[in-house]
Amino acid sequence: MAGQSDPHLSVFSPPEVEFLAEDEKVEIIPKFSLGSLHMICGDFGPFRPNIASEVPLWLAVALKERGKCDIRAPDWMSVDKLMQILEAERESPREFQPLPFHYIEISKLLFKHAHDNIQDIYMVSIKCTNASCTAIYISLFSLSVMIIQVRSLIEDIRDVRFHKVETGLQMISGRTHAVKALQKKVTFPT
Amino acid sequence: MSGPWSEEAEEDASSLAGTTDVELIKRAWRNEKAAPEILQFEGPLVLRVREQIQLLEETVEESTENGSNDLVVSLYQMDLDRTLFLLRSYLRIRLQKIEKYMIHISKTNLWNRLSEQEKKFTKRCTEIMEKLLEQSVLARLPYGYESFLKQSISSEEDDMVPEPQLDTFVFCKAKDAVGAFQLDDSGDEIVDLVADDLYVIRYKSIKGLVEAGQIDLV
Repeated sequence: MAGQSDPHLSVFSPPEVEFLAEDEKVEIIPKFSLGSLHMICGDFGPFRPNIASEVPLWLAVALKERGKCDIRAPDWMSVDKLMQILEAERESPREFQPLPFHYIEISKLLFKHAHDNIQDIYMVSIKCTNASCTAIYISLFSLSVMIIQVRSLIEDIRDVRFHKVETGLQMISGRTHAVKALQKKVTFPT
Repeated sequence: MSGPWSEEAEEDASSLAGTTDVELIKRAWRNEKAAPEILQFEGPLVLRVREQIQLLEETVEESTENGSNDLVVSLYQMDLDRTLFLLRSYLRIRLQKIEKYMIHISKTNLWNRLSEQEKKFTKRCTEIMEKLLEQSVLARLPYGYESFLKQSISSEEDDMVPEPQLDTFVFCKAKDAVGAFQLDDSGDEIVDLVADDLYVIRYKSIKGLVEAGQIDLV
């Protein structure tokens, strides 16, 4: 089957990792009304317009593609948060900062399917700081700059972490039986 | 591919509220995929998941006939497809492992970890493989070298049987704090396994924990 990785390497192929990431929960703002869904993977809903609800990412993307909801980008996907994380990652060579386990895949999926919603969180934050409605007129240009910023921040964090993992693995090769890969919990507190 | 849908399985499912069966089969799939050797077959779990898939399939079919909400039907269909994918991947990865290590599995107590169908598959697979090698290669080799399992007649053990590499490193995550855990027999290497932290460890050392379900492979 497509997406099935080589079994002898016992690694997960990118589509498989994406599949796993799609089970992570995100918040959506429904634009429709619907009773609870009783799925094999759990019960979700009921959905009421403008009342936030938590669903797995795949469901959020499916609804989003049909124009049925907005996805609320997770808190950690803001420029401020990511900058903090990146800085902390660079400062502590042996520790990892708390981020969702599938942060790369989640951000990729959100960029692909809900980039307009990622813009939303900036709209809101700018609105708050200016305390006026001028934010609505903010140019599309600066919005896309922010999107690029988030994207490159996530890439930077990834690079720093990969480098850490690489050096960590070099250290242990042949020496020890085990190594602690992550000092901190990878689950992100909501 | 059908089995008896026992009431027992249903009770099991309800008692496990909180962790869905999808979550469990996902875990089983991940562990199976990351572990170098074959793990215990999750019989009751597979049965429950199949049962749920069948139920949902019926619901989807009914709803399609009734012409009810398209959106809901398509969402349920997606859920169904995802679960089917998980189940298939789980079964498939096991078959791939069996194909690779069939002789090793049938010779050791790993045999007991297989389901009935898998046992049948292993037997047939071994037979076919043996026949193929016999006809294409072994029959033409000189005396002393025509064994399916041994390099030559002088080998004391079966040294042509592929075995899983248990020394390989795996990534794993403890579900609850396991505490100080001894990694080798001499006791020189001790690691403190904290819940939700990621570790890279030799599979051999944590084999027991994986089998007991205390630790998950990722």
